Amino acid sequence: MKYIVCVKQVPDTSGKVAVKADGTMDRASMATIINPDDLNAVEAALSLKDANPDAKVVVVSMGPPPAAKMLRELLAMGADEAVLVSGREFGGSDTFATSQILAGAIHHMGIEEDDVIFCGRQAIDGDTAQVGPQIAEKLNIPQVSYAADIRKEGNTLTVKRMLEDGYMTIQVNTPCLVTCIKELNTPRYMTVKGILECDKKPYTVYDFNTLKDEPLIELDTIGLKGSPTNVYKSFSPPVKGAGQMVAADQASIHALFKGLADKHII
Amino acid sequence: MSQFVNTDLSAFHGVWVFCEQREGVMNQTSFELLSEGRKLADDLGVELCGVLLGSNVGNLARTLGGYGADKVYLCDDPKLSNYTTDAYTKVLCDLVVEKKPEIVLIGATNIGRDLGPRCAARLHTGLTADATHLDIDVAKYKEFLRSTSTMDVDSMKWDMNDKGLKMTRPAFGGHLMATIICPRFRPQMSTVRPGVMKCAEFDAARAEACVVEACPVQLTDADIKTKVLEVVKEAKAAVDLLGAEVIVAVGHGISKDVTKGLELAQKLADALGGGVLGASRAVVDEGWLSADHQVGQTGKTVRPHIYVALGISGAIQHKAGMQDSEYIIAVNSNAAAPIFEVADYGICGDLYQVVPMMLDALSSIER
Repeated sequence: MKYIVCVKQVPDTSGKVAVKADGTMDRASMATIINPDDLNAVEAALSLKDANPDAKVVVVSMGPPPAAKMLRELLAMGADEAVLVSGREFGGSDTFATSQILAGAIHHMGIEEDDVIFCGRQAIDGDTAQVGPQIAEKLNIPQVSYAADIRKEGNTLTVKRMLEDGYMTIQVNTPCLVTCIKELNTPRYMTVKGILECDKKPYTVYDFNTLKDEPLIELDTIGLKGSPTNVYKSFSPPVKGAGQMVAADQASIHALFKGLADKHII
Repeated sequence: MSQFVNTDLSAFHGVWVFCEQREGVMNQTSFELLSEGRKLADDLGVELCGVLLGSNVGNLARTLGGYGADKVYLCDDPKLSNYTTDAYTKVLCDLVVEKKPEIVLIGATNIGRDLGPRCAARLHTGLTADATHLDIDVAKYKEFLRSTSTMDVDSMKWDMNDKGLKMTRPAFGGHLMATIICPRFRPQMSTVRPGVMKCAEFDAARAEACVVEACPVQLTDADIKTKVLEVVKEAKAAVDLLGAEVIVAVGHGISKDVTKGLELAQKLADALGGGVLGASRAVVDEGWLSADHQVGQTGKTVRPHIYVALGISGAIQHKAGMQDSEYIIAVNSNAAAPIFEVADYGICGDLYQVVPMMLDALSSIER
């Protein structure tokens, strides 16, 4: 029994973000973090493993070699194995291409009847929420997205799936894929023991050669060139001209609102 | 799906909008998408079709015509009563394979963002997430860039005959705008952010003229791998940020006295004629207001008539969700707060002092 968790290393968009002159992100200058929703996915897998210690938690990430550091942190959190999917041929992939490669990687490690795949709902760099469902489709397994609660009995999962105005309770059998939101849980921290042991745990790199014969991967629709979608233009968002500053005293505020009322704005 | 050749672009015609309903009630986003889809279909000189899936929802079909649909494909089956990924994906994809639309738009709701990627992967095509602007005509796209970017549009090379769909969306938490195209495969698919596209006036004559085509649904129980045990609407009154004319939003600045801060915000919202409370991410993360109040990249994109920001510093993720509001009034004790960059009127001061002054001013003004 495996719990496979797909994780992504992302630039920390809550901090300083650098845009290059050509309108692309200057990723090199930015701090990287584990995508927040993915930590909830890792915690979901680890807590299921707490209840069933025979299960194995495998974290898998597609990204450049520095993503190895993030995978080691996840091993220190309690994951059993890590797989880094990394290759120049994979770079620049859109969500369609990425999900093919990750589905291929998961297929390569083998997916069994009682396995569950966890993803974060979405990554904070692209905010697409597409890769999870697309992996599920490629693997031909059912999906439940926006999971805020997961219960597992035998090979059946009961998931609270959030809607904007409520939720659905959905039952699904393994193997299946679940995308996780932050309401699901509070991710645990690395432990000292975990940090000491993480280097001894299995860590594998799947490169292009490992995956090139995978039936789920079409070599002509991966990477920047093969991706179905392309960036036509990119640009910095508009900056609205600064408005008028009003002093924080009764007379000025009164005058402001009087003016707005006269113009029928309020 | 192997018989579906989607690289022959000339075989694909028409603009489709997936029209989402829940329990027989149309999602407002569907009307926004139809209104936008109408413009795209006109630019292409093709039909706009609504696709309506559900059980006993035929009565909704003509309404879709009132927002621009020439035709509605109605897929009515008891197995489509509640949304399930498997059933909706199969029915929508089967229809796409049969009818071959060139564009499929889906609202980026919690359901649309589940359905869209599953369909795009099955149909072997690209999908743009959460688009906030769509163009066909290059001339119109250039106009859009002129008004929203600092790019030197006229010195760039353009293929003015390009009729591909240009799908613009914020990325990196709103730090960057990207226009995405899907040049090699059809249909071109996008989910579209709720509340962003302007909804047209309902046109009764159009609704009357709309053609409703019932489509056979081929579904077996074996097609549906998930089971919906229950659908629960949360009892609390839904916060209608998207429909609000006035939003008074609070940020971390209310941390000094949360109860008092929220009370002042509510009073101001009431005094401005029944506004709705909005919140920055910090406020939701702290649990001071529920997530349905959140404005911003991970919350909702709003464009009310008046947006008052109280104690919100204005992280780019927040600004991305509110900067298109008609009039923005910001109160913040830090003169350097980025919220002032987008505010029409900025007041640098303590919100606990400024808001009572605003209330006082409002009560004395005759409107």
